Amino acid sequence: MSEKHTLSVLVENKPGVLARITALFSRRGFNIDSLAVGTTEHPDISRITIVVNVEGLPLEQVTKQLNKLVNVLKIVELEPAAAIQRELVLVKVRADSETRSQIVEIVQLFRAKTVDVSPEAVTIEATGGADKLEAMLKMLEQYGIKELVQSGTIAIGRGARSITDRSLRALDRSA
Amino acid sequence: MPMTEQATGAHHPQPRARNGGQPSVTVEHVTGAQSLIRSLEEVGADTVFGIPGGAILPAYDPMMDSTRVRHVLVRHEQGAGHAATGYAQATGKVGVCMATSGPGATNLVTPIADAHMDSVPLVAITGQVASKAIGTDAFQEADICGITMPITKHNFLVTKAEDIPHTIAEAFHIASTGRPGPVLVDIAKDALQAKTTFSWPPTQDLPGYRPVTKPHAKQIREAAKLITQAKRPVLYVGGGVLKAGATAELKVLAELTGAPVTTTLMALGAFPDSHPLHVGMPGMHGAVTAVTALQKADLIVALGARFDDRVTGKLDSFAPYAKIVHADIDPAEIGKNRTADVPIVGDAREVLADLVQAVQAEHTEGHTGDYAAWWKDLNRWRETYPLGYDLPEDGSLSPQQVIQRIGKLAPEGTIFAAGVGQHQMWASHFIDYEQPATWLNSGGAGTMGYAVPAAMGAKAGMPDRTVWAIDGDGCFQMTNQELTTCALNNIPIKVAVINNGALGMVRQWQTLFYNQRYSNTVLHSGADTDGVPAKGTRVPDFVKLSEAMGCYAIRCEDPADLDKVIEEANSINDRPVVIDFIVHEDAMVWPMVAAGTSNDEVQAARGVRPDFGDNEDD
Repeated sequence: MSEKHTLSVLVENKPGVLARITALFSRRGFNIDSLAVGTTEHPDISRITIVVNVEGLPLEQVTKQLNKLVNVLKIVELEPAAAIQRELVLVKVRADSETRSQIVEIVQLFRAKTVDVSPEAVTIEATGGADKLEAMLKMLEQYGIKELVQSGTIAIGRGARSITDRSLRALDRSA
Repeated sequence: MPMTEQATGAHHPQPRARNGGQPSVTVEHVTGAQSLIRSLEEVGADTVFGIPGGAILPAYDPMMDSTRVRHVLVRHEQGAGHAATGYAQATGKVGVCMATSGPGATNLVTPIADAHMDSVPLVAITGQVASKAIGTDAFQEADICGITMPITKHNFLVTKAEDIPHTIAEAFHIASTGRPGPVLVDIAKDALQAKTTFSWPPTQDLPGYRPVTKPHAKQIREAAKLITQAKRPVLYVGGGVLKAGATAELKVLAELTGAPVTTTLMALGAFPDSHPLHVGMPGMHGAVTAVTALQKADLIVALGARFDDRVTGKLDSFAPYAKIVHADIDPAEIGKNRTADVPIVGDAREVLADLVQAVQAEHTEGHTGDYAAWWKDLNRWRETYPLGYDLPEDGSLSPQQVIQRIGKLAPEGTIFAAGVGQHQMWASHFIDYEQPATWLNSGGAGTMGYAVPAAMGAKAGMPDRTVWAIDGDGCFQMTNQELTTCALNNIPIKVAVINNGALGMVRQWQTLFYNQRYSNTVLHSGADTDGVPAKGTRVPDFVKLSEAMGCYAIRCEDPADLDKVIEEANSINDRPVVIDFIVHEDAMVWPMVAAGTSNDEVQAARGVRPDFGDNEDD
């Protein structure tokens, strides 16, 4: 059975590290559903959130192979129930004076935001889990989606524990 | 001999923490290039194989003055890479090769890929165009870090002179610890030219690199329990045992348990071939007994082996009755191809040492394995299906016999390096490997042309040993130019060209699977002239070719001369020797498991499937 898994990968913030990770995925034949990269509270650590679509056994291979990369500090799989997952969507929807108010209503229902308005279109910013965004886009489809841009999923575990703590200590030891 | 960092001699040391050592505070004012050579001296790199060129040129100036680093000027960068690999395989130290940017660096790609597949500790140092020119398609620019990313354990691009010493230290550390592998260090020309300071040891900064070497005690106990409970166990030994320097420990475990041992192509010499517990090599061209032992086993203890497709055959029918204990230093190997019942992550030497204790503990409690019935089967197969060959009826030289005689007449401790193909398999079959690091070959990558440069590297690292390259005429034509390097640098290797005038292994497949249609595998023939096929031309003349390169060269075509020419070769030590053995072209490698089929279908010889008495066994 194939399913989605969200991996948080802490890496050294160095040039070329993202290329090492994406190249590993392609050469080992693993599929990336989405990917998001950014720095963390520690300037020397970047965090890559990768959603992969694999079976259980290949997932173990993915994490083991990732762990072998010298610049990878730590990999954590974030279980959906124990983590907050968010995506960001910017979507430009066809809107005229007749449909604009209906669209704004949908935006409010999904607690999204209208960020730009012109006579022929509105641009909407929405964040949320994949299910919510999909539902919203489905509602907007009937008006005509002119342009859509989506970020990769980012995710963080629930509760007080931080996955960066220990990696930071390791980094401090060597620093 | 363990793969260790040369400078410390310690076994798998942990990364040095900053301020952890007691550095001598002598600070030298040097150029980046000088700091590179000083770093190589400090890590104990005594031999570097390479060719200079524009971008690496600054490094070659201080190289000239170094009394501790010997540079061997090769004829092709591929030769430098394989020589470094041969040096590493023979000495247990890190092999070093050097090349310039662009084509110099890309010529290293094949040996780097080769070292990666066979987990050889290698550091490749390449020059790069000046840092400001990177990305501009400058003359002789190639993104060698990008190119070698999938075939190195790690690589570095250095653009600042002050980063050179710590990067070299890190490169040697990564290459030699954990699962060994190649590391490339690409250094921009301006970093080599800039002024900097040098002090040693530098601070290493590798927070994400923490190889696990100590196995888990619970897993070890579990493995020991399975070993003593098993009825049909096999110790499946891979190259990791050689890399870890664990051959003594392996012998203790084997003799303690009495379990049969099979050593893979990468592990020949890890356990003496002559030992009664040794059942031969497994795999596509493995001994019938070894292949069958794995198929019928109820327990496989894999030690530093990776269930490669050449060993398992069709994976889903491999060893159907066996529980698997899989010990490897690379966690990603465990469960990659075959699920492990008892996974053990650790250095093979520590794993074996701990296993010996755990098995002894089981014995003390009265649990000893009873493998008597198993050995009855094994011995029956061994007697019925030994490795063998038929001599050609026309009285020509048999390639197997040539290789067997070279093995028999070789002085003790002789190192053999093989190319890839039939001669490689025959060299694995018909030479007895009694000691570690006496068999060098390209196992994972199957790189034709490996033998001559690898033998050169081995001889450079172990000048007191006899080194024989067992090569095919196809392989020999890929890299023989390094014989010039050998002749000019006092590296007197011996080369046996097993010359059947064809790409023999490919021809064998054409014989078996392509209706004897020999498309482009006949090397000695050329285009028809006036309707007459140019067959058996002996172009090139390997004797003349070798003589032109400063070697002593002879041709042997008659079995009666065989021992004489081999002994002659063994007696010459002032220059390289090449013997052109003209052998029968139809000789084939047996046993064989055809690609994509089950190991149950092993054929001892063409059309001969052994009778294992399957019905009564199962």
